[in-house]
Amino acid sequence: MLFARLDGAEGPNYVARDLERTGKQPAGRGMEVAMAVNSEPDETGKTGPHGQQKADPRDDDLDRRRRNLEASLATRQPVRQEREEGASGVTGYGQAMKLSSEFIAGVGVGAGLGWMIDRFAGSSPWGLIVFLLLGFAAGVLNVMRSVGKVAEFGQGSKHGSNREPDQRR
Amino acid sequence: MASPDKVDPIHQFAINKIVDLHIGGFDVSFTNSSLFMVVTVVLTSAFLYFATSSRAVVPSRMQSVAEMSYEFIANMLRDAAGKQGMRFFPLVFSLFMFVLVANLLGMFPYFFTVTSHIIVTFCLAMLVILTVIGYGLYKHGLHFFHLFVPSGVPGILLPLVVAIEVISFLSRPISLSVRLFANMLAGHITLKVFSGFVVSLSALGIGGMAGAVLPLGMAVALTGLEFLVSFLQAYVFAVLTCMYLNDAIHPGH
Repeated sequence: MLFARLDGAEGPNYVARDLERTGKQPAGRGMEVAMAVNSEPDETGKTGPHGQQKADPRDDDLDRRRRNLEASLATRQPVRQEREEGASGVTGYGQAMKLSSEFIAGVGVGAGLGWMIDRFAGSSPWGLIVFLLLGFAAGVLNVMRSVGKVAEFGQGSKHGSNREPDQRR
Repeated sequence: MASPDKVDPIHQFAINKIVDLHIGGFDVSFTNSSLFMVVTVVLTSAFLYFATSSRAVVPSRMQSVAEMSYEFIANMLRDAAGKQGMRFFPLVFSLFMFVLVANLLGMFPYFFTVTSHIIVTFCLAMLVILTVIGYGLYKHGLHFFHLFVPSGVPGILLPLVVAIEVISFLSRPISLSVRLFANMLAGHITLKVFSGFVVSLSALGIGGMAGAVLPLGMAVALTGLEFLVSFLQAYVFAVLTCMYLNDAIHPGH
């Protein structure tokens, strides 16, 4: 019975997506399609969902409309985000500022750390040399990260897929 | 400006003491920078307070702006750091509003731009990074340092990679503050230089005045661009804050 009910809930879901793909159809026609799809499993023996479907058409209609709204909102979301990214990309100036500040910060912090280590440990040129090179590497890493060529902090190649659903909420 | 015919584009960033104060050997004078910080905070708080005081179901224009800014930051934070990130909403919202209002206040002629001084932006960035480190350590303990150890790196390379990651992490507050400061400084200097061209060209007579139309047009265009940059930099600051907070909440699993 549980599976039958799940099936019933699944039916209109497909229909909603179908409607989404084919474009706008009047609400009455959508209901017809829903019935048509649902009558398919009826012939294989599952009569449960059909009866339930008929019981409350208004509720079902509302459900379907809400799903339609959610689907269309979801398709709109990435477009808006892309546009925002495009706006910062179009200026170009902003992008240049961002990348150069990332790079300079990496080199600067490396040099600063090296200088401080030299000052406290008295290892005069070596700390600066080593940490300047490390800082250079960190600067390049920062730039690659901010253009999205390298995985973010803490996620290596293995954990990348682990983290995905978390970020998408 | 020192004199009418000599344009000094840096002069607008000079700090003047309004009230001279020394406490315990430290110079804690109230300067024009402090004044504009106070103005920014008062303006933001007053706007949000009065805009939301009526609490109408159908919002007025002011309330609508306040609600939009709330929604904007809330969505940004939820997208970047998930539901748990919402506990940092007051911090991110305050930072965003402060930077935005300070940037926009700086667009008024003769006003001081608070965010064009690196010490101000650096303090804001340090606030963010110290929050990230503090919360990360409090919530995850030493596990927080897994942030610096990428998985799947061979043992020999590990010290090198960890050193690079640590430097990369430490460079975050620097790049965060330098970006905001450099954008505001460069924009205001450029504006001043082009406006200075208008003044010095028109001093040459009628031909110079005709020529001064070009830098005047440039100054108008740059003003528009500066408004865009003001908003964009506040937005970027808030987005990066959200991303860094995400690292504190979920360090590398």
